[in-house]
Formats: sequence, C-alpha cells, structure tokens
Amino acid sequence: MPPLREFQSVVRVAGPILAVSGIDDAGYNEVVTVLLPDGTVRTGQVLESRKGMAIVMVFGGTRDLDCDITAVRFTGRPMTMPVSKEMLGRIFSGSAEPIDGGGAVVPEKEMEISGYAINPTKREFPQDSIETGISAIDGMNTLVRGQKLPVFSGSGLPHSLLAAQITRQARVRGSDESFAVVFAAMGITHEEARFFIDDFSETGAQAHAVIFLNRADDPAIERIVTPRLALTAAEYLAFDLGMHVLVVMQDITAYCEALREVSAAREEIPARRGYPGYMYTDLASLYERAGRVKGRPGSITQLPILSMPDDDITHPVPDLTGYITEGQIVLSRELHRKGIYPPIDLLPCLSRLMQGGIGEGRTRADHANVSSQLYAAYARGRRLAGLVAVIGDEGLTDVDRLYLTFLDRFEHEFVGQKRDEGRSFDETLDRAWELLSIFPKDELNRIDPKYIEEYYRGGTG
Amino acid sequence: MTESSIIRITGPVVEADRMRGAQMYEVVFVGEDELIGEIIGLHNDTATIQVYEDTTGITPGEPVRRSMMPLSVELGPGLLEMIYDGIQRPLTELGEISGDFIVRGISAPALSREKRFHFTPSLSQGQTISGGAVIGSVPETNKIVHTILLPPDLSGTVERIADEGEYTVDETILWLLDTTGTVKEITMLQRWPVRVPRPIQSKLPAIRPLITGQRVIDSFFPIVQGGTAAVPGPFGAGKTVVQHQLAKWSDADIIVYVGCGERGNEMADVLRQFPALVDPKTKEPLMKRTVLIGNTSNMPVAAREASVYTGITIAEYYRDMGYSVALMADSTSRWAEAMREISGRLEEMPGEHGYPAYLGSRLADFYERAGRVKTLSGEEGSISVIGAVSPPGGDFSEPVTQNTLRIVRVFWALDADLAHQRHFPAVNWLLSYSLYSDLVAPWWEKHGGSEWGKMRSDLLALLQKENELQEIVQLVGPDLLPEEDKFTLNVATLLRESFLVQSAFDPVDTFCPPEKQYRMMTLIHRYYRLGHHAVGEGMTAAGIQQLPVTARLSRMGPMPHEEFESFYPKTLEALDTAFPGGED
Ligand SMILES: Nc1ncnc2c1ncn2[C@@H]1O[C@H](COP(=O)(O)OP(=O)(O)OP(=O)(O)O)[C@@H](O)[C@H]1O
Ligand SMILES: [Mg+2]
Repeated sequence: MPPLREFQSVVRVAGPILAVSGIDDAGYNEVVTVLLPDGTVRTGQVLESRKGMAIVMVFGGTRDLDCDITAVRFTGRPMTMPVSKEMLGRIFSGSAEPIDGGGAVVPEKEMEISGYAINPTKREFPQDSIETGISAIDGMNTLVRGQKLPVFSGSGLPHSLLAAQITRQARVRGSDESFAVVFAAMGITHEEARFFIDDFSETGAQAHAVIFLNRADDPAIERIVTPRLALTAAEYLAFDLGMHVLVVMQDITAYCEALREVSAAREEIPARRGYPGYMYTDLASLYERAGRVKGRPGSITQLPILSMPDDDITHPVPDLTGYITEGQIVLSRELHRKGIYPPIDLLPCLSRLMQGGIGEGRTRADHANVSSQLYAAYARGRRLAGLVAVIGDEGLTDVDRLYLTFLDRFEHEFVGQKRDEGRSFDETLDRAWELLSIFPKDELNRIDPKYIEEYYRGGTG
Repeated sequence: MTESSIIRITGPVVEADRMRGAQMYEVVFVGEDELIGEIIGLHNDTATIQVYEDTTGITPGEPVRRSMMPLSVELGPGLLEMIYDGIQRPLTELGEISGDFIVRGISAPALSREKRFHFTPSLSQGQTISGGAVIGSVPETNKIVHTILLPPDLSGTVERIADEGEYTVDETILWLLDTTGTVKEITMLQRWPVRVPRPIQSKLPAIRPLITGQRVIDSFFPIVQGGTAAVPGPFGAGKTVVQHQLAKWSDADIIVYVGCGERGNEMADVLRQFPALVDPKTKEPLMKRTVLIGNTSNMPVAAREASVYTGITIAEYYRDMGYSVALMADSTSRWAEAMREISGRLEEMPGEHGYPAYLGSRLADFYERAGRVKTLSGEEGSISVIGAVSPPGGDFSEPVTQNTLRIVRVFWALDADLAHQRHFPAVNWLLSYSLYSDLVAPWWEKHGGSEWGKMRSDLLALLQKENELQEIVQLVGPDLLPEEDKFTLNVATLLRESFLVQSAFDPVDTFCPPEKQYRMMTLIHRYYRLGHHAVGEGMTAAGIQQLPVTARLSRMGPMPHEEFESFYPKTLEALDTAFPGGED
C-alpha cells in the first residue's frame, strides 16, 4: 500500500459509511483517520476501493461529519495495535485508548488486529479440562482449555454472575501456569461493566486482566473493532508469552447489530432478519481465534456471552454462533424464576470438546457414562413433568415417580449451587451418584456395570 | 498483451480491466502479492474475479496476471494422507513456509516433486491407446495401487515407455505420438479443471450397500456404494460426528473428507485420530486411504466455494482407477453461503433467502458427480457422496435443505430433541428415509439372513406405532393403555435405547459389524414377537419387563464382539425359555 494520502472530498455520508472521491489507490481494509474541523479524530477502515473512490466505515460514527471540511487521511496500512505485557491490569476503551488514567502502553510489538487463521495442521487438539467448580458445566458440559463455549442468555438473567464466577474459580488440575483474563465489553451497560471490574478487583483478578470497554452509549460501530483488539491482545499473551487466556466477550448480539447497521448502510441484500449474509464468516473470524497451537505453551479459551432476543435460540445471532462454537451453555428464564442459580438449561447445552477432556487420568473414569445417564434421566423427568401438568400424576407408574423425584432434586442439588461455591470434579460426580442412586440399578442402562458396582449407593436396586 | 489491472476491490471480489480474451473460470494472479483468483464474470473487457486469499491491502492499479488455465487440481501419486486447503494448497507444507498462521501470497506444489514412486509400466512400444488407458501403476501405500491413466483427452501411439523404476511425478514416463504427429511427454502428474466432471464410459446401477457400522444407517436407512445422502440438522445435532464415523468406518477404499467452512479443531481432531486408527478392512492406518480438504470457517470464503469441487475431482480420479470412493462434505450449507456471498458482491438478482437463482442447479451438478460407473479403462468404480446441511434455526424448509432433498436418495434427518436427550446418532426415525432399502435387501439376505427386509419393516412399524401411542399417552397417561400397547411402548424403548443409540466414543460400539447388527435386530424382533404372544395369553407388560431376559437385551452394543458370539445363541435360548408359548 502507498504511504499517507489526505483528501478533503467526502461526497456522501450514509449511516456509519462515507464515500471519499478522488482517491485511486485506497487499499482494501486500509485504516483511515477522519479529521473533524474541531480537531476530533476518528478511525475508519476501507470497505471498498475503486479508481477514484473509497467507501469507508467510521468506527466513531459519522455524527457531525461534514462533506466539505472533513479531511480523510489514508494511512497506508491495515489496522494494527500495540501490544505488551503491560496491558495486564489496564482498562481501555473499545478502540484501545487507555481510560484508566494511566499512560499509553509502551509497545513491544505491533500486531494486525484482524489476525491470521491458525493453520489447522498446527492446531493442538484441546484436551485439558478446566474445573470451573460449577456442576452443570463440569459434570455435564466440561470446558477445556482452547475451547470456545458461549453463554446464551437473555435480558435479566444472571450471565454476568456466572461469567464472573467461572473467571474466579476456573483452574486446571495439577497446573499453576500463568493465566490471564481478557474482557471485551460491547454495548453493555455501565452497571454491568462496573460489576465485572469490581469483581475482578475484589478477587485480585484485576492484575491479570486486560479490559476493553465499549458501553451502551459508546459509538455502536466501534463494537466491530473491540473484540478484534481484545483477541489480538489475547493472542499476544497466549502465543507470544505462553499464558492461558480466558476471553470473555459480551454482548455478541450488540456486535452483530453493529454489523447489520453497516450492511444496511451499504444496501446489501440481507440474509435472515436483516443480518448480512456474511455474518457466519464474520463471527467465525472471531470465534476461530480460540485454540491451542502445537509447541506453544499458551491457550485461548473463549466465553462469549450473548443475549437471545425474545429468548429465541433460533435467532440468527445464537444460531450462527452455535454453528461455529464448540458447544453452548444456555440459561433458562424458567429455572431463574424457580430461584435456581445458575439457571442452566441443561438439555440444549453442549460441550463438544468434553469427550477428550474427561475420563480416567483426566477427571474420572465414570464421567462419560454418568453424564450420559444424567441426561437421559433428566430428559425423561422433564417429559414426565410435562405430562403431569396436563393429566395429573394418577396414571404414572412407580418408576415414573422416581423420575419426578430425581428431576426435582437434580435441579436443586446438582444444577443449583451457591454463587461462591466451587465444587471439585469428584464432588460433582459424587453428587451425581447420590441422585442416580434414586433409581434401581436396572434403570442405569447407560452406565457400565463396573461403575455401578463401584459407585452406586442405592439400597436394593 | 496489454497490462491488466485492478479497478475495484470489495472483500474477496475484485474487478480488473483490459482482460479481453480471458476465459470464465480462468485462474489469475492478483496484485503485487500474486494472490490466487478465478474469473467468475466477464463483461466487455472487465473481469470479475473471486480471490482465494485475504485481499487486505490490495489497491486499484495493481496488476492482474493471467494463467491461461482454468482452476485445476494436480492429480498423481502422493495425494493420499495429504491435507489441502480449498484450492489444493498443501497445509502441512504451507506451515513449513509461514509457520503457525496462514499468511497471504504463499504457495507450495500440491504434490511433492522430490518424492520417488516405483513405477511399473503396462504398455509397450507401438501400442495405440486412448484416453483413460492404463499406462502403468505405482504402489501408493501398502494396500492401494495407484493406476496411472492416460489423461481422458489424449490418444495416440506409444513412442516410448519408461522402464520399471523410481520416478518423481514430473518425470516423463510415456512419450505419446498423437494424430498430429507430435510427441507428447506424459508424466505421472496430471491436471484437471475442478468444475468439469471427469469423463466416464457409462453410469451403472448401484448394487451393494456402503457399510458404515452405524446401526441406524446400515439397518434402517442404508446408503449404497455410489449413492448420495444428506445429513441435515441444527447445530450440535451430530452431523460432523456422523461424517467422521463414515470417514472412519465405511467400507470404501478411498475417503475424501471436505471440511468446508467448519471448525479448525475438527480438522485437528481428524489429523490426530486417523493416523492412529486402523481400517478394519485392510488393517492399515485410516489416514493411508484418506485425502483431507480443510477450508475452515476463518479461511477465505472463495476457497470454501472451490473446496467441494477440489474434493470431488480428487474423488473422481480415484474412481477412475476402479476404486470405491466416499466423499463427505461438511457442510454444504457453508458452500452455498459462500456462493451467496460472492453472488451478492456481484450484485446478481437474489432468489430465496438471498441465495443465487442457480443454487439448485449447482447442488444438482455436484451430487450428479456421484454414482457407480464404468470407467474409460473399463473398470467399475464408484463415488458415494454424503453432504451435511446446516439449516438456519434447524428449519428444514430453507432453500439448501429443500434443494438437496430433491436430489439425494437418502435423508438422515437429525433432530435437536434427540440430541438434547443424548440419543446419538440423533437420526429421527420418523422423518428419515432411504430409497435404497430394496436395492440392498439381497446383500443383507446373503450376509445377514433371510429375515432382514421383514424385520426392518416390522421394527420401523413398531416405532411408528410408538409415536401414535405416545399421542394417546399425552391425553390419558400411560396407565390406562391396554397391556398390549404398554408392551409395544416398552419394546420401542428397548429398540431405541439398545439398538438405535450407538455412541461414537465407545471403543467397541463405535463400529458395529453387519453380522452383529443383524443378530441384535433378530433378538429384539424375536423378543417383540414372543412377548406379543405372551401378552395375548394374559401376561402383563410389567411382568415381561421384569423378566431377566429383558435386562439381557439392554447392553448389547458395547458388548465386545467375541463375547457377543456366545451371548447370541444363549439369549435366543433364554428367550424361548422365558416365553414357552412361542410366537403367534
Ligand atoms: N454418535 C454419537 N455418539 C456420541 N456422541 C455424539 C454422537 N453424535 C454426536 N454426538 C455428540 O454431539 C456433539 C455435537 O455433534 P456434532 O459436532 O457432530 O454436531 P453438528 O451437527 O456437526 O453441529 P454443527 O452444525 O454445529 O457443526 C458431539 O460433540 C458429541 O458430543
Ligand atoms: Mg459439524
């Protein structure tokens, strides 16, 4: 790309997009600086380039932009950010300006924020299970280092509490390697942002955290860069410095709305509900940055949080996310109303990397069988509860009744736990056996008889 | 020729002027970095190009160089065990050049130019040959003989043929005098344009099943060698696991696995497992019969569009040697979306859900490349194609699912509810179908037993009946049902839990040999018939449920195959003892 060029020829402004005429050699994805007459500076990026014209998206928005006096400076380089170990403990804006009163970070390196795809042959398959201390996750949907596991939530549900609890409790058995947390806020309220920051500082996690904040009243289009900045920082910490990085990104739905806004301004043909057809590809360019790389000690684990509009899991944002991530944790309004914390709706939850992370030598040999049996029993219990709601419990068999007892105890004693309660894998599995022992042995058809022999605590069976 | 240059860039699509004379689908090199692209539109002297690499930093005015060749793959010994991106760049070799991340503007030859293969000629001087003739052969692995065929579009007289010996893929092994009197030098390496099907003599009807070792597939909804199947399902329903299971255990000779726009870790998983797993048929590592195409979701979208063509062309090449090839494409929806994205950038008239109007015909052309055929050299080869479909919101009424269902002959509908209960494979038995079941019945009768067709339809009817009964239960509860219906519900549960459920992760049950499938089916079927009669004679469903033989039938899948050998006759006996009244 050629070096710096400056133009004062904005010919059109539409939403977050502006068109600059007269430029013949704008680079695709080139960074531009937009200079307002009052001295304000905004950053933008080239979305389309032709002879004589460039289409630019402005992260700070186009408010107050003027066709005649706004100057657009083409920088001749793609978007980069300075990175350094000093970022730990710091708080930045959604476009990586320090907002904690501290000075600028002295860079050790400049990195392109769009990142590069990890060569699939260089990926190390993630297998180190993380003990989050939460039974519904550890027992049934185990998280492993290098996984991307989103939380599907809704407004008013305690996703922030859950994310903070995971961040606080997460550990890997027999390992004391260095860890870090990167938190990217996109369009969340001041209150929610405050909650995380306070929680981090109370627990001492602050010193290991890098925080990027784009809040609800910050420019919407900035949300398109915020997660990329966060992931670039994470890649530096993980793959250059060898740290285990947990990236929490909230709220992906706000990010997607920013994408939709840009797409609408460009008058692109939308796919579903106005979201652009390339949203799958775009989200993948974020989520696929999780993982491990052969021969490098660090890892990036992602915990994206998204709110499902109308609690609808088929909405494009959760739907496309689920198609890319390695499972999902789904929160339920119904459990929340019943007072169960964390209100994890286990049936639609999944951890695709669980299989490789559990079992003998990792968690416990009976883990896979137990989890599968709990799923079968819970599904049956829920089905029966639905039936009872319609026809009453007259027509139920004795075994059916056991499933109802199980259902109730399972939701309260296994899924439910305290906000500061961390259970070890063993504690979680022992609790599971206590509940499975409600059933006669014959019902436990997904468990190898040798584990029933070892762990079953029922009377007769 | 005047210098062509870029006039417009939007994402993966670039326009260049002064391109008069260029061909549709010709490969071009874009910009100073020479990024690989393909012409997908021509208008006067302006060409529209889809670029297979990230276009960041490219500016108007940069040059575009023509290659004079359509987008093609390299074919020859050394394809097996390779992993390529969507345009056949070897990922392991790219990693040696650029390290852990894929950067722009790098390339490496698809086939090694250094490696030597032991070539044995099968022609002699003076012979007249035509396209597809066997030139010689190379042992590519311990079990797979790689036949070197004359490219389909050539013919002539053998002027000279190389002696038996070690050759690299770009050394001449045949000097062919063609009809114009020129001598063509032929190497083991050939190129073929990916968007053009390789020619065959004729299509043949399918005759035998592709055995996959997955009970719900082989016994209920079978696919044949040369057949087509679609696996649609919402996220997390098990499409990829089904595809992996088929790539591992299906009894094809060659596997081409296309990871089209899916996860990097899934490719890493294949690369980790396949070299260690053993093909039950040849006892060789599975990797030795596999070619992987991995264009993950974060790799350039245009290369994703190309990846299925790259895969099917490689599959055709092995088919032409007389092999049975199975190709898995995970996911065809990502391919369709790549088409949609490119089409959108071309500002074409959109059809349903923004997909281009030609979506249906592109899908049909792709699946049409499957089939059992007579090759140019007279061999019989086949390609089975299994495509995953990822419908938005799990709604099967969307265009990709619907267009696919119009073409394929087998439909394995994956179901979110089953997946949520951890009933895997989550194949919905009420929605799924196979149009091949009559075709494979003779095979099963020969390799399993004469009752296959009858048992299959009885058991499918049982599941259908269960569904009807469940609707009644929703209204009146289970207790008011007649004993016969209660028993039907119990057998249906048994059938689901012990026959249809099959964990891909269980060391034994991951692959169930057809003989064992048949016997498991026999036991359950017999239990059903005997129990049915017993209920007629006054036994209660609960009484039958309590019989020790009922529990015996509940964990057959994970039972080691050797143990099952003696378990089977003993259980048949136990059934007869438990139900002395016999069948009706
Ligand atoms: N046959 C099986 N045996 C055991 N577990 C299975 C089986 N099939 C699927 N699963 C479980 O379901 C999970 C999801 O399956 P899979 O990754 O194949 O879904 P998918 O349909 O490909 O989803 P996506 O569309 O998001 O890629 C697996 O990680 C595994 O835990
Ligand atoms: Mg999948």
